[in-house]
Amino acid sequence: MIRLEGIERIFEVGDETVYALSNVDLTVEQGEYVSIMGPSGSGKSTLLNILGLLDRPDKGVYHFEDIDTIHLSDKQQAHVRRHKIGFIFQFFHLVARLTAEQNVELPMILAGIDARERKQRVHEALGRMGLNERMKHRPDQLSGGQRQRVAIARSTIMNPAIILADEPTGNLDRASGMDVIRTIEDLNKQGMTVVMVTHDPELGGRTGRQVRMEDGRIIRDTSDERALA
Amino acid sequence: MKSADLTRFCAGSLAGYPLRTGLMFLAMAIGVASVVILTALGEGARIYVSQQFSSLGTHLLIVIPGRSETTGGPPPLLGETPRDLTIDDAMALLRSSAVRKVAPIMIGGALVSYENRSREVFIMGSTPDLYDVRDLKIAQGRFLPKGDVDRAEAVCVLGQKLKTELFGNTSPLGRFVRIGQRRFRVIGVLTKKGQSLGMDISDVAIIPVASSSALFNQSSLFRILIQAANTDAVARAKRSVLETIRNRHDGEDDITIITQDALLSTFDRILKVLTYAVAAIAAISLTVAGILIMNIMLIAVSQRTAEIGLLKAIGAPGSQIMRIFISESAMLSLVGAAAGLIVSALGVMVIGRLFPFFPVRAPFWAPVAAVAVAVGAGLLFGWLPAKRAADFDPVLALSSR
Ligand SMILES: Nc1ncnc2c1ncn2[C@@H]1O[C@H](COP(=O)(O)OP(=O)(O)OP(=O)(O)O)[C@@H](O)[C@H]1O
Ligand SMILES: [Mg+2]
Repeated sequence: MIRLEGIERIFEVGDETVYALSNVDLTVEQGEYVSIMGPSGSGKSTLLNILGLLDRPDKGVYHFEDIDTIHLSDKQQAHVRRHKIGFIFQFFHLVARLTAEQNVELPMILAGIDARERKQRVHEALGRMGLNERMKHRPDQLSGGQRQRVAIARSTIMNPAIILADEPTGNLDRASGMDVIRTIEDLNKQGMTVVMVTHDPELGGRTGRQVRMEDGRIIRDTSDERALA
Repeated sequence: MKSADLTRFCAGSLAGYPLRTGLMFLAMAIGVASVVILTALGEGARIYVSQQFSSLGTHLLIVIPGRSETTGGPPPLLGETPRDLTIDDAMALLRSSAVRKVAPIMIGGALVSYENRSREVFIMGSTPDLYDVRDLKIAQGRFLPKGDVDRAEAVCVLGQKLKTELFGNTSPLGRFVRIGQRRFRVIGVLTKKGQSLGMDISDVAIIPVASSSALFNQSSLFRILIQAANTDAVARAKRSVLETIRNRHDGEDDITIITQDALLSTFDRILKVLTYAVAAIAAISLTVAGILIMNIMLIAVSQRTAEIGLLKAIGAPGSQIMRIFISESAMLSLVGAAAGLIVSALGVMVIGRLFPFFPVRAPFWAPVAAVAVAVGAGLLFGWLPAKRAADFDPVLALSSR
């Protein structure tokens, strides 16, 4: 489903050249549950941004469902993000002036989906997150865990092929973090592909496949080990 | 994105920042209101002036001796001085059906005295027709009597100021004043009409034209005032006057005819240009409002960086972000312009109340142009911030919180 080959991402900071990613190969199959771990600055977020078409690599090949994404225009990439990719962020990124309901509705508004259908899908999605009572609340009237569940509802509302989560529990206490993880795992059980960046070895341990990064390289991938074994 | 949703989304984000939105709204409203109110004042001045002109008397033609045209050929070598206009010339003009009334005017200065008071004023010799031609009003007594123009009756009508100077509050009717060496009986007093055609009509004495001819021992007229039969007859009257005088002056065109229309249209043109100029100056305030919108939108874009990043992440291409931000400034300008129109309508109403004699009213193009310029400025100055928003790198935008 996802195939990265020889990905390189370079940042120029002053005279210095930072290799955020160098020579990264990664394949992710439909329905996998992958965690990416590694020290700070090892390139985890950069990798996730490239997977999510928010960033373009300086070198390499990226095929998403057999589409060569490198040569897509801004508009075509946006189209792939809209229909195929759901993002979950550490800081939720809910729009502060909009209610939970409206935040979840937003991707469908941008896609030009009918108001009646939107309403129905929002209710279903928030219902699944156990947020029926909180639909009219604005983000500042919700707990961290509730906010992240609203964000998860938003990321899945367009039925994407893959969920990309960058430290989804990084800003939550243990209990609500576990709640969020269980929600994400439920999605995975229903067949959704999930790639999650995390610092927490315990959370990383729960995933079916673990990828470890250091200095912009993948230094360990449990699926390779299994293949070798 | 459906346009109803776009509208709702933009309205929501505008409402989300009330102070910022309020400021931009105010700037637009003031800009539009000032354009409309200033043009209404300019237009009011134009209407006021044309009303003043028509109060001079309708369908007026003024005949002045001598040619004042500068067109055509070299000056005549045989330095022909223009012939005088005489009372007979004036009366001959009445034969045309296009001419309704003719008032010859002879002017001279003389001392007017009553008992021990005296005053040096202009003496105007004319006929009873002057009353209608100049739209005069009588305060006391009556105007010059109808009858033979050649009869030098010793009667006079005094202007209001002259009457007060000589008689104070007592009635002058039937009293005799001395004008120059002759005695005239006062038969009427004019109302205060004030200045018209450059002469203070309240400080004159009006006597029959034959009497003034005798008094000043002259036959030449200062000018002839003519009232055409109606507005359409003005051109015909002008032609017939030229022809009549040419016939009487041995084929010479030695007069100048001023029509009131010509004067009026000159003033009309001047004041129209003035109104456009004022409107253009006021439009600068709309541009200032536009620049304010640009500044505030730029701040808005940088404050909403994270939101823009999110919109991109959930599938909005740059063009859609651009459309959202342009729509916000366009909507704001439109609403601001609408408020400006309401304010200007109120303003025009208040000015109308305060100065009832002054006809303020905005020409139809003013509100249309003001709103068009306002929305144009909103779009133009909203473009740069929108472009900046559309070009944001989503990764950087999302990492700012
Ligand atoms: N916009 C940028 N400009 C310059 N350098 C950058 C930029 N973004 C990332 N980097 C550099 O790239 C490297 C990888 O960054 P990245 O954010 O992917 O790390 P990370 O693994 O997500 O770290 P953390 O766990 O702290 O989030 C770092 O050295 C970082 O300084
Ligand atoms: Mg990171």
